[in-house]
Amino acid sequence: MDVSQYLEIFIDETKEHLQNLSDELMVLEKEPENMDTINEIFRAAHSLKGMAGTMGYKRMQTLTHDMENVFSEIRDGKMKVSSKLVDVLFQGLDALEAYLDNIINTANEGEDDNQDIIDALNECLVEGTGKGAAKEEKQSEKAQSAQTTSADQDKHKYKNLKLAEHERNAAMRAIEEGQHVFGLTVEISEGCLLKAARAFLVFKALEELGEVIKAEPDVQDIEDEKFDLDFTVVFLTTETLEKVRNAVLNVSEVKEVYAGELEIPVEEKKEAKADEPEQSAANQSTETEAAAAAATQTAAATQTADKNASKKAAKSTSKPVVNRSVRVDIEKLDVLMNLVSELIIAKNGLVSIGSQGNLGEENNGFNEQIEYLERVTTNLHESVMKVRMMPIESVVNKFPRMIRELNKKLGKKMELYMSGEDTELDRTVIDEIGDPLMHLLRNSADHGLESNEERVRLGKPEVGSIFLDAYQDGNNVVIEVRDDGAGIDIEKVKNKALEKGTITPEQAETMSDKDFIDLLFRPSFSTADKITDVSGRGVGLDVVKSKIEGLGGEIDCKSVRGEGSTFTIQLPLTLAIIQALMVELGTEKYAIPLGSIETIEDVPLTDIKYVQTREVINLRGNVIPLIRLDQILDVEPLTYPEGEEPESITVVVVTKGDKLAGLVVDNLIGQQEIVIKSIGKYINNNKIISGATILGDGEVALIIDANTLV
Amino acid sequence: MSEKEANVVLTEKQYIVVKLGTEQYGIDIQNVDNIVRMQRITRVPKAQAYFKGVINLRGEIIPVMSLRTKFGLEPDEYTGKTRIIIIKMEPQASIGIIVDEVKEVVTLEEDEIDKPTYNNNDEKAAYLSGIGKHGDGLISLLNMSAVITEKEQL
Repeated sequence: MDVSQYLEIFIDETKEHLQNLSDELMVLEKEPENMDTINEIFRAAHSLKGMAGTMGYKRMQTLTHDMENVFSEIRDGKMKVSSKLVDVLFQGLDALEAYLDNIINTANEGEDDNQDIIDALNECLVEGTGKGAAKEEKQSEKAQSAQTTSADQDKHKYKNLKLAEHERNAAMRAIEEGQHVFGLTVEISEGCLLKAARAFLVFKALEELGEVIKAEPDVQDIEDEKFDLDFTVVFLTTETLEKVRNAVLNVSEVKEVYAGELEIPVEEKKEAKADEPEQSAANQSTETEAAAAAATQTAAATQTADKNASKKAAKSTSKPVVNRSVRVDIEKLDVLMNLVSELIIAKNGLVSIGSQGNLGEENNGFNEQIEYLERVTTNLHESVMKVRMMPIESVVNKFPRMIRELNKKLGKKMELYMSGEDTELDRTVIDEIGDPLMHLLRNSADHGLESNEERVRLGKPEVGSIFLDAYQDGNNVVIEVRDDGAGIDIEKVKNKALEKGTITPEQAETMSDKDFIDLLFRPSFSTADKITDVSGRGVGLDVVKSKIEGLGGEIDCKSVRGEGSTFTIQLPLTLAIIQALMVELGTEKYAIPLGSIETIEDVPLTDIKYVQTREVINLRGNVIPLIRLDQILDVEPLTYPEGEEPESITVVVVTKGDKLAGLVVDNLIGQQEIVIKSIGKYINNNKIISGATILGDGEVALIIDANTLV
Repeated sequence: MSEKEANVVLTEKQYIVVKLGTEQYGIDIQNVDNIVRMQRITRVPKAQAYFKGVINLRGEIIPVMSLRTKFGLEPDEYTGKTRIIIIKMEPQASIGIIVDEVKEVVTLEEDEIDKPTYNNNDEKAAYLSGIGKHGDGLISLLNMSAVITEKEQL
């Protein structure tokens, strides 16, 4: 069988399952008794095995099979989850990931059998169940039950149907009235052209015999042909199963009907039929397993069914969504984005022509159209941006695992709490943000948190906590990495800085705690006493900082001695197009990103005060330093005729974190949507200018990065 | 021209000859993306002195440097003949250089090019890749990557 066309799907789904397994294993370690989790793991492992088998990846299949065996025993309550077991399982996961990597790169799973992991798994199995012989017995029992029932879980989808309350009640009533409740999964021939029509005939045939109380997908979807090759119904009838089956099979182009008495969760009535004669060898074991699982159902298994059902249901309902999505090369999106940018520049050009007002009579209509165009371009821009957005989840979901490993490595007990995984960021940012975040987390784990003994001594909870919170704040996304550890030892930083000659003793005198913390972001500055495997080599926060600044974001650190540290990363939601305030300095035009502007104030000259010879203003109780932009940017100041000097200055108050600064400008032009363009790598200007934009008249205006000024 | 192009052998190279003051400089035609007339330059504060600013070239922002300032000649005087040569050494990184005048395109054989004499004290020497002899004039062939990346001499 040629499976190459499914390779991409296989890779995607395997990734998903592996991530799922990893997540659930983490949960399992904490709550070894959690049946939901065990069932979920079992399901994921089972799907993995099936998929690997179908694709012909034997080694992967063998490994998952052995992992699944272990889960199966756990699920049946025959063995307990131990820390050692979880370790082995994680090793197994790593091995599976290695297989997957190989597959991605070469379409082959590689040569490594990972026999040691398989052995370790089996050892755990023997140890855990405490009866190797019993296992043998069980195996044969499995095989037997497999033969008797030989149910194919995949085909008999009706078993996984989740009935809503009213549907269940209807079914119960029917049983009381002596009717049968059948589940039918109808498979339509692949070549069928009018699937919906066939389905309609099936329904018609069924309705002559009884009542269809549920269909999966919905009847409406079936009519709209929104189903693959099969659909499932729950059917109430007084007729026999055989008769119902034959009635459906009579409809032409129905390939197969998998039917059976449906089990209503309260009772344990189970009947399955063997319907699938042609099974590939690879699938055989899958089915044996599934059948065995079905045969040894307990109360927990009912839960499984429910869980599986809900999962399956979620899957099938989400299916149309999957079908409607298209993978797009990020480069194509970039092209689209550039075109939108061009469009906005062109629109701005039209706006500036319109505002010159020399169009006479036609003016009204022209302005209307311009406004319309403005609306459209703004919406278009937003849509394109949204297409590029991805939830941050894809980056952060590997972190719990990492923290777990650090747990072991550092011998510290710690927990990672995450929130806001669904916060969305631009794709390019997502790709880049992983490493810095990992770095910060490692930092928190290694330097931030005290050892467990120390924590107990200080009266803190023994287990350290690390928090990773992401949320959207206006036009920015904020990601916070927080720990409840020791906080930054300012004295230590100070001594280290003095020792290294980073600062002079005189400087140290005048530096605030915040200034010292900022030293940590300097290159090659580590306060760790010893270099560990995890961190402390001095290539750290400075790299994090430059990476984040490269993404147009900023990073800030707050720390309270004894209570912990918080690293706050702020990233722009969009990279290419922003709202900005256009200002004039002398004869030059500059743009200040709206995101960093707090307020705009008109300040009388008499209100300017001096603190340490620096100009400040007192704005509603806040003392804000003034920054004369024209001086900083070497703009030729405007000259006013004698006696006509303005009596007030225009101050644009910008913020960075909780620091404020007032930028003095000559004139305000207004708010505008601007397209950020790079000024190239050759010009070196102390980062004050973060880019340039093209105005409506083709003129270039530079964008001021207010953050570097505050 | 076209006849010449068809006969280009590997040992031949084409250069755009530009004038700065009285001197002639040659720029390897492979590095040249475009030649545009002088246009409005937006000053970039705090940039290196030889960067005059940036221009908008059909929607692209391109930094523009003055070769005169870079070479320590007297400041540019913009005339009708002043041109900006857009150099593109690598994608996404164009740069413009201001020259007094663009004269012609010449084709130089390998044996018409002399290696520049290495002189540590001559800061301009680092910017040259050779001296070309064309007719009765000499052309200083610019090593473009050195010109655009070299830090300002102190």
